[in-house]
Amino acid sequence: MDNYELFRFPPKLFPNQFLWQNYIDVFKAVHFPLYFKNTMMIVIPVLAGTLITSSLGGYGFARLRFPLKKMWFVLVMSSLMLPPAVTLIPRYILWSKLGAINTFYPLTVPAWFGGGAFNIFLIRQFFLGISKELDESAMMDGAGYFQIFVRIMLPLIYPVLVVITFFTFINEWNDFLQPLLYLNQDTKFTLALGLITLRGEFNTQYNLLMAGAALMTLPAIIIFFFGQRYFVEGISTTGIKG
Amino acid sequence: METVREYAITRKSAARSKRVRSEAVAGYLFTLPVILGLLLWTIGPMMASLVISFTNWQVFDVLRWVGIRNYDKIFTSDLFFYKSILVTLYYAFGSVVTTSIASILLGTLMNLGLKRIAILRTILYMPTIVPAVASSFLWIWLFNPDFGLLNTVLSVFGIPKQQWIFDESSAVPSLIFMHLWSSGSGALIILAGLKDVPKHLYEAVEIDGGNWLHKFFFVSLPMITPVIFFNLIMGFIGSLQAFTQAYVMTSGGPNNATLFYAYFIYREAFVNNNFGYACALAWILFWIIAVLTAFIFKSSKGWVFYGGK
Repeated sequence: MDNYELFRFPPKLFPNQFLWQNYIDVFKAVHFPLYFKNTMMIVIPVLAGTLITSSLGGYGFARLRFPLKKMWFVLVMSSLMLPPAVTLIPRYILWSKLGAINTFYPLTVPAWFGGGAFNIFLIRQFFLGISKELDESAMMDGAGYFQIFVRIMLPLIYPVLVVITFFTFINEWNDFLQPLLYLNQDTKFTLALGLITLRGEFNTQYNLLMAGAALMTLPAIIIFFFGQRYFVEGISTTGIKG
Repeated sequence: METVREYAITRKSAARSKRVRSEAVAGYLFTLPVILGLLLWTIGPMMASLVISFTNWQVFDVLRWVGIRNYDKIFTSDLFFYKSILVTLYYAFGSVVTTSIASILLGTLMNLGLKRIAILRTILYMPTIVPAVASSFLWIWLFNPDFGLLNTVLSVFGIPKQQWIFDESSAVPSLIFMHLWSSGSGALIILAGLKDVPKHLYEAVEIDGGNWLHKFFFVSLPMITPVIFFNLIMGFIGSLQAFTQAYVMTSGGPNNATLFYAYFIYREAFVNNNFGYACALAWILFWIIAVLTAFIFKSSKGWVFYGGK
């Protein structure tokens, strides 16, 4: 659809002409490859950090005994209820003091420190469900905690790691507020942020906007379609109940 | 004999305490990133935010202590505050009620054992994974008074043009309507709950001669109240913090009719550069969410039914 047809009245459900050209034009109007690269430079370290540190933490909270464990876990859970708005400004100040505005650090580094209360909680629930005898017998055979964790425990919670990967990917891919705060140079923009540059002050090229929006949505839909088996299982077995 | 046994016991307990100690060390090593993260990104900033809320702080300026003046201004003279609270509560209640009902209906629909359920599930879930920015753009177009699809459909039925998000009175209802579109994720959770309902309860209703309506109201609905409760809490907390729609679609307008609280905080902090004031606003949001959540939890004793009890 071109702009003329888009604004004709009454609008038609099926356009006269399919302008695949829009998909080429949107590449010219927006630095899609650059924004895509930027987004991936955030998504990949965030995924790695989240998976590694939240499974380590989840294992620690589920299967090891150590002093003050309960207190730390309560703190983890209470951070789930705290509106991000409360900590938003001090975090922003912290990063600006570190000179990290317009870098990807504010968006990626926090994922390496636990990867979020929701994920830690989810992984803990799964580890709690695994029989205690399993690691005790491994310990008899002389395996250390880390070996038990990597060789025995991680493979057992593989499905939940898939769920977390999916959730985290979608969250990061769609995140708008954080990139908006920390990135203000358009060479650093992510896709979510870059898309809004198509909305002009006085006129908006809706056809390009929609092509861009469609391109941005596609990867998430493909991932969901193929991953939904794990995904639905993940929700229904975690016992999300009041 | 006696000494040998004592020796064996001390050996054993020494080994045990060594194991306890090494387990404690391992426990702290495993949870170290989480604990550091809590201190760095939650507890530290929380304390800092509380302190800043008592100052008149603008970035790159000195911190000036003003006591409770920020809070005083919020409650006594800031008209935007009251507007924003009303708008946000209006949106939160509206979208939580409508989305909860929609997700119960959709979840029940998904549980009917239809063919090609995977496709239906993907279609229903899709709006949840569409980036908020992308869906906001789509809805700006749908809401367009002159060219948008919604008015065109209405005109077929002879209903006059609506101004949707461009009119003060219809802006928030329009955004609530738009939020209905994302009922799919709640519906999946309802579906998970419905899968857990014991089959024999339905059989009992059948034996008593009940129809599908009885099954729905006397078995399904009470049995999924814990899941409905979860949806309510999450939906409520989420909608009280809604931001992207207000930023992308309406910029808080028209005439502050969609001045969502999170957007209000953002505007004070990053547009008007009043960090101290914005921190005070954030803390008030925290207490509002905490009190309302506690209230819903309290009320849940009256209507949430746990099968285990």
